[in-house]
Amino acid sequence: MQIEGKNLSFRYGPKLPWVLKDVSLTVKEGERVGLVGPSGYGKSTLVRILAGYLKPEEGQVLLDGKPLPAKGVCPVQLIYQHPENAINPRWKMKKVLQESGMFREDIMGALGIEKDWLQRYPRELSGGELQRFCVARSLFPGTHFLFADEMSTMLDVITQAQIWDLMLKEVEARNLGLLMVTHNMELAKKICTRTINLEKMNHEMKI
Amino acid sequence: MREDKKTPSVRKLRVRKSHIKTRLVLFLLLTAALMLTVIFAQQICPYDPNAQDTSISLQPPSLEHLAGTDRFGRDMFSRILVGLQTSVLSTLCLVVIITVAGTAAGILCGYYGGILDSVVMRISDVCLAFPGLVFALAIASLLGGGLHNAVFALAVISWPKYARIARSQTLSVKNTDYISAARLAGGNSIQIIIRHVLPNSIGPILVTSMLDIGTMLMELAGLSFLGLGAQPPTAELGNMMSGGRSMLQTYPWVIIGPGIAIFAAVVIFNLLGDTFRDYLDPRNSRRN
Repeated sequence: MQIEGKNLSFRYGPKLPWVLKDVSLTVKEGERVGLVGPSGYGKSTLVRILAGYLKPEEGQVLLDGKPLPAKGVCPVQLIYQHPENAINPRWKMKKVLQESGMFREDIMGALGIEKDWLQRYPRELSGGELQRFCVARSLFPGTHFLFADEMSTMLDVITQAQIWDLMLKEVEARNLGLLMVTHNMELAKKICTRTINLEKMNHEMKI
Repeated sequence: MREDKKTPSVRKLRVRKSHIKTRLVLFLLLTAALMLTVIFAQQICPYDPNAQDTSISLQPPSLEHLAGTDRFGRDMFSRILVGLQTSVLSTLCLVVIITVAGTAAGILCGYYGGILDSVVMRISDVCLAFPGLVFALAIASLLGGGLHNAVFALAVISWPKYARIARSQTLSVKNTDYISAARLAGGNSIQIIIRHVLPNSIGPILVTSMLDIGTMLMELAGLSFLGLGAQPPTAELGNMMSGGRSMLQTYPWVIIGPGIAIFAAVVIFNLLGDTFRDYLDPRNSRRN
């Protein structure tokens, strides 16, 4: 499987400046791609478009040559920068996992989620602990691509290493395609098979 | 020893919090007592509230007739109990209707936006543009008297407030990451609204509706007082006061009794609403 963004252009309003202009990229299954570029160059926007959450104004997103399915579990799953905003604050963690059908021993074990955390509310867990839940609930049987939008930026270095370690094991075991947005070139070098610099691709921004 | 090291503000906060809890329990008990009186009014009242006996008309309060009798010789105490039942139950009905209808409209508008949003919000603007009670009077007189019509008239003028609160709450919840995660996990709009949007926007709406019970009780009694609510011989606090208003100086118990009943019910509901709001206020909370 491969996901392909073709000549994507996007802006947040009809008269606002383009955030993305004519951006194309492809991520194949089993590939680990780093997406780097200065702030405000549309990295997060691009990721959201590729996950089908935002509609591009021009161009299209193709999954094996076909548009993304509109219903059901999306084969592209996002992991967000701020896990504390990415989980319904009124739900206990167990329910969060149950909603996505990911309340499974093997996944919790693989991501180092402790039983004791399941009975807590999101505000009672730390950022790193929450981020593990966010990864866990994205690992549907139908997930083929994981797009991580600066998922470890706000974590301390040790937690970053831990969570990437756990996550990469899952990514390798399932042969997922990974696209990670980061500012950290060292992290990108360490994890990714190749990196894309949005600064060089985003045509509008070059002017 | 650790207790002593707590900062004064934390200790103050805890005291305030427990204070609010005591008040909440107290007012919940008062409300429960009121509700029991309302529900079992028919069983509690000592006389048939509609039985007329002109030989004992307009008697002052006594041990036999605790609140006196009206000009048809009906026992005022029994009529106040039954009138309270009519007033309070229709008020609660009204508050439930406007809360549900307003919230549903607001959430759908906020969530889907577009034409639906514009149309419904302009309708609500029209409802808000008129002075409330005047508009209710117009609707009630258009529909004719009767308790149902009065409830309907008040519902028409009151739902936009709830729609606005629900809409703004929905707009702020709609763009959070957990909604987008739920969508990527295959949730459809109805599931997302029920599971994520509603629970995260219901707080302020519930507080508003609790605070509104007292107001609505007054407005409903007001409409009845003006002859557009419950019709005689139905006992309802508003029309009982209206029936006794010519006798305020000669036989004051006929109007003071129902007045005190309205006052007590409104005060109890308002105190409960206020305390409920304080209880849910994050500034008074130890939770982060």
